[in-house]
Amino acid sequence: MSWTRKILRVDLSKGSCKSEPLNMEWAKLYLGQRGLASKYLSEEVDPKCDALGPDNKMIMATGPLTGTMASTGGRYSVITKGPLTGAIACSNSGGFFGAELKYAGWDMIIFEGKSDKPVYLLVQDDKAELRSAEHLWGKTAWATDDSIHATHQDPQMRVACIGRTAENGCLYAAIMNDRHRAAGRSGVGTVMASKNLKAVAVRGTQGIGNVDDAEAFASATNDGKAVLAENAVTGQGLPAYGTQVLMNVINGVGGLPARNMRDVGFEGAEHISAEAMAEPRKSDGKPNLTTNGACFGCTIACGRISTVDPTHFSVKDKPQYQGSSGGLEYEAAWSLGADTGIDDLDAITYVNFLCNEDGMDPISYGATVAAAMEMFEDGVITTKETGGIELRFGDAKAFVALTEQFVSGGAFSADLGMGSKRLTEKYGKPDLSMTVKGQEFPAYDPRGIQGIGLNYATSNRGACHLRGYTIASEVLGIPVKTELNDTDGKAELVKAFQDATALVDSAGLCIFTTFAWGMDNIAPQIDAACEGDWSVENCLETGERIWNMERLFNEAAGFTADDDKLPKRLLEEAIKHGPTKGQVSRLGEMLPKYYEARGWTADGKIPDETRQRLSL
Amino acid sequence: MNLNIEFYASLMKYLPPGKSRFRREVKVDDDITLSRLISQFHISEAEAHLVLVNGHFVNCGEDRAQRKLTEGDTVSIWPPVAGG
Repeated sequence: MSWTRKILRVDLSKGSCKSEPLNMEWAKLYLGQRGLASKYLSEEVDPKCDALGPDNKMIMATGPLTGTMASTGGRYSVITKGPLTGAIACSNSGGFFGAELKYAGWDMIIFEGKSDKPVYLLVQDDKAELRSAEHLWGKTAWATDDSIHATHQDPQMRVACIGRTAENGCLYAAIMNDRHRAAGRSGVGTVMASKNLKAVAVRGTQGIGNVDDAEAFASATNDGKAVLAENAVTGQGLPAYGTQVLMNVINGVGGLPARNMRDVGFEGAEHISAEAMAEPRKSDGKPNLTTNGACFGCTIACGRISTVDPTHFSVKDKPQYQGSSGGLEYEAAWSLGADTGIDDLDAITYVNFLCNEDGMDPISYGATVAAAMEMFEDGVITTKETGGIELRFGDAKAFVALTEQFVSGGAFSADLGMGSKRLTEKYGKPDLSMTVKGQEFPAYDPRGIQGIGLNYATSNRGACHLRGYTIASEVLGIPVKTELNDTDGKAELVKAFQDATALVDSAGLCIFTTFAWGMDNIAPQIDAACEGDWSVENCLETGERIWNMERLFNEAAGFTADDDKLPKRLLEEAIKHGPTKGQVSRLGEMLPKYYEARGWTADGKIPDETRQRLSL
Repeated sequence: MNLNIEFYASLMKYLPPGKSRFRREVKVDDDITLSRLISQFHISEAEAHLVLVNGHFVNCGEDRAQRKLTEGDTVSIWPPVAGG
């Protein structure tokens, strides 16, 4: 099925699980996953509600291509009001959970209310029930996954769950599925914990049927796979080196932030790069990178599976961490490495394992630690706050000790779990928070690369590269090269990336396909799978509609144009050296043009004519 | 004259023998252009996707053919790659 046309509604307060039909009128306007679930959230949740209160809802949603033969068609998203930002949150994950949910016959699960006691949801095809999770509460995400599999004795069962950081109230806790894939950003795991929902276990045996035009779908998806295979990025670059190949690229062009974005350019970048991950190490002759890995239905296989050097101090006496597991992706390697000033590949691989094991967003975690390190070096916080840890940039041992302390809820964990905005405000240094709308930046400096700064500032879920990845154009030359330091044309570029991404995120596909696919490759796959008109034009308009709907949610939650901004550091502190020396973000030049390109007012509001044009 | 070359990812195989991970100092003709340097190391145009001279992009085609290199320049080259 493209759409199964069925929603599972789980009322955690009442303990009920009910099936209801999918609103097909909305599906034709918002497609699925990110778009359609955001529509449900917008209609059912007061945007001003407490993100961690029972009035917030959490939706796990697939797209119409999830579970199909389309390449990368295994994605699902978690949509809710985010506790880190107070804005709409949508976190997208790969792995196999999304496809399994579709095989069980559901387009989405809407969780509402709050359970009195810890529970997990068990879905076996049409049957859904809540079970006690009191024995799981307090366990890591990995232990929870293991325990549920042991209980049900079904290796094909897929589990999405939270770890201890979510239970402890960390505002950037993730939902982990298939052990090391994550709906990672904005604290969707914290919302799950607030509902006393520990896990969702799914087994589906119904497969996929009801594709609108099966013959056309087979043809369109085959054509798409050929394009991915023949493209040098998706056919060779990503499977061989993964996203981590960017570490030296971004450092080389002068766009790699370091040490809480105090610096741009990291002298240790090469030691934590994809090239370093592939090198045999001295101790056992094996590289950090064990193999690449693919999510459901993916013909790219960019995922990294890694091992830490068994003689490294971080795992030396811990055999449970000496096996292979989900390895470093670029954003995590940056936040845990360059942003903390640490160039110890094994240490940050281990910390990344802990992020996966206990379910937290490594971008926000690393960036929050970086803010804490800067405050420590400035004498604002001391070992009294950190539990005795000398929290200095570049100290791998301190970082490992801090992370072990954090995941188990030890000293300083409540402070670090707030995220860098609240942390720096607490200690009177708000300018040291490198965030937009309260969410931490990923691995590209807006001073060195102008368009990505505009994207960060206007992202509906707070600072995020994956809302509109202009790096593709500004650095990688995909689909065409634009100049890093130009602001001309960046408003239109950001809008185009944001709208196209919203559509891809609503289809069930991975955004990495767009390194090779244009909308003319994507639209025919959706059009063949789904009833209705899914021409290129309609797909692009759907993406734009979704973007504007998210913006309306945020507006109703209290956000204004004043929240479309970057930290003072990025606007005023010029880059000190390297090819981008002297540059600051010129957001002020781009933002008015962006509002204009979107058909918004000069103060960032969506006027009636734009709403009408987009059927909002 | 002496130049610094950096070949990354799958282009590391084109580096002359040396100790550094992906960096070498090489001696080249004084009047060498960027495109001649690239072909001198047997890197095809399609492989030389991202090319920086001292951290600044140089587009393929005429720009690389015209670009004269000078003593001490650093030339960095990547094949088609992406991430995010």
